[in-house]
Amino acid sequence: MTDQGIDLPQGTLDLLILRTLALGPNHGWAISERIHQISSKALQVQQGSLYPALHRLERRGWIKARWGASDNNRRAKYYELTTAGRKQLEAEKSQWKKLSAAVAQVLEGA
Amino acid sequence: MFSDFLIRARALFRHKAVERELNDELRFHFEQQVEKFVQSGIPSQEARRRARLMFGATEEIKEECREARGVLFLENLLQDLRYGLRTIRKSPGFTTVVVLTLALGIGVNTALFTIVHGVLLSPLPFPHPERLVSLWERNVVGETAYNVVSGGVFADWQRQATSFQQMALIGENSANLSGDGGPLPESIGTRQCSYNLFSMLGVQPLYGRLFTEQDDRMGAAATVILTHALWKRRYAGDPAIVAKTILLDAKPYTVIGVLPAWFDYPDTRAQLWQTVNHEVSAQDMHNRGNHRFFVTARLKDGVSVAQAYSALDGIQQRNHRQFPDELMGKGANVLPLSDNLVRRVKASLYLLTGAVACVLLIACLNVANLFVARGTTRRKEFAVRAALGGSRWRIIREQLAESLLLTFLGGCLGALLAWTAIRWLVALRAALPRANSIHIDQSALLFTVAITTLSGFFAGLLPALAATRSELLGPLKENARSVAGARNRARLRKILLTAEVALTVVLLIGGGLMLKSFTQLRSVNMGCATENVLTLSFTLPDAKYPTPTQKAQFFDELLRRMRAIPGVSKAAIVSELPGNGHLFDNTFTIEGRPPLLPGQFQDAVVRGADPGYFTTINIPLLRGRYFNDRDKLENSNAMVITPSMANRFFPNEDPLGKVLKIDWEGAPRFQIVGIVGEVLSNLDQPAEATMYLPLNSGRFENGSVAVRSTRDVTLLALPIQKQIASIDPDLAVTDVLTMEQIIGKSTANAMFDAFLVLLFAALALILAAVGLYGLLSYLVTQRTNEIGIRMAMGAPCRGVMGAMLLDGLRPAVIGLVLGLFGGAVCAQLIRSLLFGVHPVEWTIFAGVSLLVLLIAMCACAYPAWRAARVDPMVALRYE
Repeated sequence: MTDQGIDLPQGTLDLLILRTLALGPNHGWAISERIHQISSKALQVQQGSLYPALHRLERRGWIKARWGASDNNRRAKYYELTTAGRKQLEAEKSQWKKLSAAVAQVLEGA
Repeated sequence: MFSDFLIRARALFRHKAVERELNDELRFHFEQQVEKFVQSGIPSQEARRRARLMFGATEEIKEECREARGVLFLENLLQDLRYGLRTIRKSPGFTTVVVLTLALGIGVNTALFTIVHGVLLSPLPFPHPERLVSLWERNVVGETAYNVVSGGVFADWQRQATSFQQMALIGENSANLSGDGGPLPESIGTRQCSYNLFSMLGVQPLYGRLFTEQDDRMGAAATVILTHALWKRRYAGDPAIVAKTILLDAKPYTVIGVLPAWFDYPDTRAQLWQTVNHEVSAQDMHNRGNHRFFVTARLKDGVSVAQAYSALDGIQQRNHRQFPDELMGKGANVLPLSDNLVRRVKASLYLLTGAVACVLLIACLNVANLFVARGTTRRKEFAVRAALGGSRWRIIREQLAESLLLTFLGGCLGALLAWTAIRWLVALRAALPRANSIHIDQSALLFTVAITTLSGFFAGLLPALAATRSELLGPLKENARSVAGARNRARLRKILLTAEVALTVVLLIGGGLMLKSFTQLRSVNMGCATENVLTLSFTLPDAKYPTPTQKAQFFDELLRRMRAIPGVSKAAIVSELPGNGHLFDNTFTIEGRPPLLPGQFQDAVVRGADPGYFTTINIPLLRGRYFNDRDKLENSNAMVITPSMANRFFPNEDPLGKVLKIDWEGAPRFQIVGIVGEVLSNLDQPAEATMYLPLNSGRFENGSVAVRSTRDVTLLALPIQKQIASIDPDLAVTDVLTMEQIIGKSTANAMFDAFLVLLFAALALILAAVGLYGLLSYLVTQRTNEIGIRMAMGAPCRGVMGAMLLDGLRPAVIGLVLGLFGGAVCAQLIRSLLFGVHPVEWTIFAGVSLLVLLIAMCACAYPAWRAARVDPMVALRYE
């Protein structure tokens, strides 16, 4: 519970996970680290949200899991995007862009 | 979608593997975190601690993951069910009691639903059954809503009524069926219809053809259509019977068709159909005063029953004004056909439905009660679970799963029970209309599942809510010495028991009233001997016995032969026996009186009796004389009447010697020569004005034999039948019954209803007694400690026992009072089914109260006695 970043709005975690996995298959730990790094340490995903989200995405068929060896040669559960997941990512990305643009516009305009 | 299913299925069936993977995944994450800390220079011990802090509650994450996978609900449900099964196995006694109780409740409900559904709710098996109606005259003599219709009135309606597409006529009769070589002659129920009946109903023949207009004329070739039942039974289901000739009352008829198996309209007694105009003379078909037909009609499209009623009623009222001196209805009635068929059984079926609903409710209350009792013993467990973060919903669900499991076991057993019960009910409840449409079908099964589920929720939810409702820590702090908590918990049980006792009392009152009504009916004085009287009936066919002399010869010969049979002490023949119904009546005028006003009629029941009839069955002679052997044939102008006839028509004069003219052909005159005691035509109706004429007047073709003996009279049945066969081998004998059986037959349905309701009431009483016993035992156990203190302080044994007894009896007494009120209300509802019993019959109410109190006392006595025997030292140490 160290550097408490920004609270993630509802639904954005899914988008971030999908985006991270678009770079290539990865395990839960690496996903959370990567989000942390890419966001310049602004976003810290809690395990308590990460893993339920991963399992939820898997159930929806947007990502799939397999067991593989990690960098330090340990057994880890790797997640990768499915075709449906890729489509979902595109859809969510454009939606997010629209939303943030609209929000920004409202904020600037006011 | 598919991946969703796979994941759920995998989680469900490979539960352990999935759990292990989840563990591994989270552990991997944790160790990566530790490693990261170590790499940044934190000592491994501290690194682990920090990582664990960061991680938070692992179990919570796991639970959320499980939920995210969407399997938690199912998985929990399975777990609940497994748990439920285990508890059920562990307490076989409890399980047996609950399952049997519920099986009984569900079984009788399913059975009765099936019957009600088949008889009352399901549509008739005809096309557009809602357009079919039955038509009646009303107020022919006095106030009668549904009077059979005369041929003349039917002809009027057919000319004038415009509300109907078609109308058809049905007459009732019976006939000797013989011929076709092999089988014995038998008497069967026949129906005469207008040719359009079958096409109007929308029936197609199984074989052959239906009636046409050409068949439905006097003088047409004689034709009959067989019902499926008769065809199967007598003709072995041989299609070749079509176009063959059979003998009905010694006259030849050609079989032209066979009806389909599902057709049992109007009832199963109808075995063979003839055309009405072929059987009934044109004169009778146009007589407005001879009421004998049932009329069925199909409404025109767009015409409602109410519209048809007001139109037809108007027509009949107009016609009645136009022909005031005709004995015809002052109005008409229209009833949907489906209602008409079940008019007579509706009340009784609804009564039974109410009774079985009560039984199920009681069963559920009892099961709920048992669950409450069980819930109390598990209170501490629930509290511990709640304190550790278990959700209340989960505990409730666990209990629900258990109660649903038990009710479903009960439901399965109940369905089996229903299957047997229905066969039994249909077989025993005589003359249930539409019995063919009673079978367990989809809707009955659906009903079973529905009430099973409902019962499961009812029996499980209430106790579960109550058991988990209380403050969290209360039960944990509680020890055996606290009394207040136990009292609180007992309150729900007391309420449940109160309701149970109240329902039981209602059932007992209903059953008691029905039983009383039945015994009243049975103890009605028929006005004649009923013990050891053998009877049998026959009808002399007109074709074979056309003249009065031939009929008289047959009767005389039969009497002579019967009296010669060893063992016969007395034998007689009458046209209709007591207790068999109203049957025949006729209008008459009294000589020497001014003519009746137009539209006024005098009528009375007519019976033909041989001279020995009155002494044979002990009908006393009050005045004048009985018939004698000279009163026969052309010399038969003597008449014997009953007091009710004398009181009604000769209130202020001496009827003896008066001359009556009966409205028959030739207006024959009869002089009253005697007055004899009353007999009843119907057990549940007062004696009717009756006139007896000599049997050998040649006017009677129906004969009923009454035989008495000093030995068992039933042994004489065969010798008498042999004598009849030796006089006329083609004559069929029916209704070989003792007089007691005749009475039994007419009271069978009353007995059946009374018996069932009482059976249910007895079951309810047992359940309530078990409930009371359980409650008080529980209270005593809970209060052992308190009792010990009291007794150590010197409270007398008797006082303790009394206090405990009162505690247990209170719900019983409150339930009793509520039940008495409920019973009084229900008694009003079933008033139409009662005979000779006031709905609020105080003896029954008092008897039921006493019985319930007594049973409650017995149920409470043992636990109370046990309480009084408590050893104070043991009680104080009791934990």
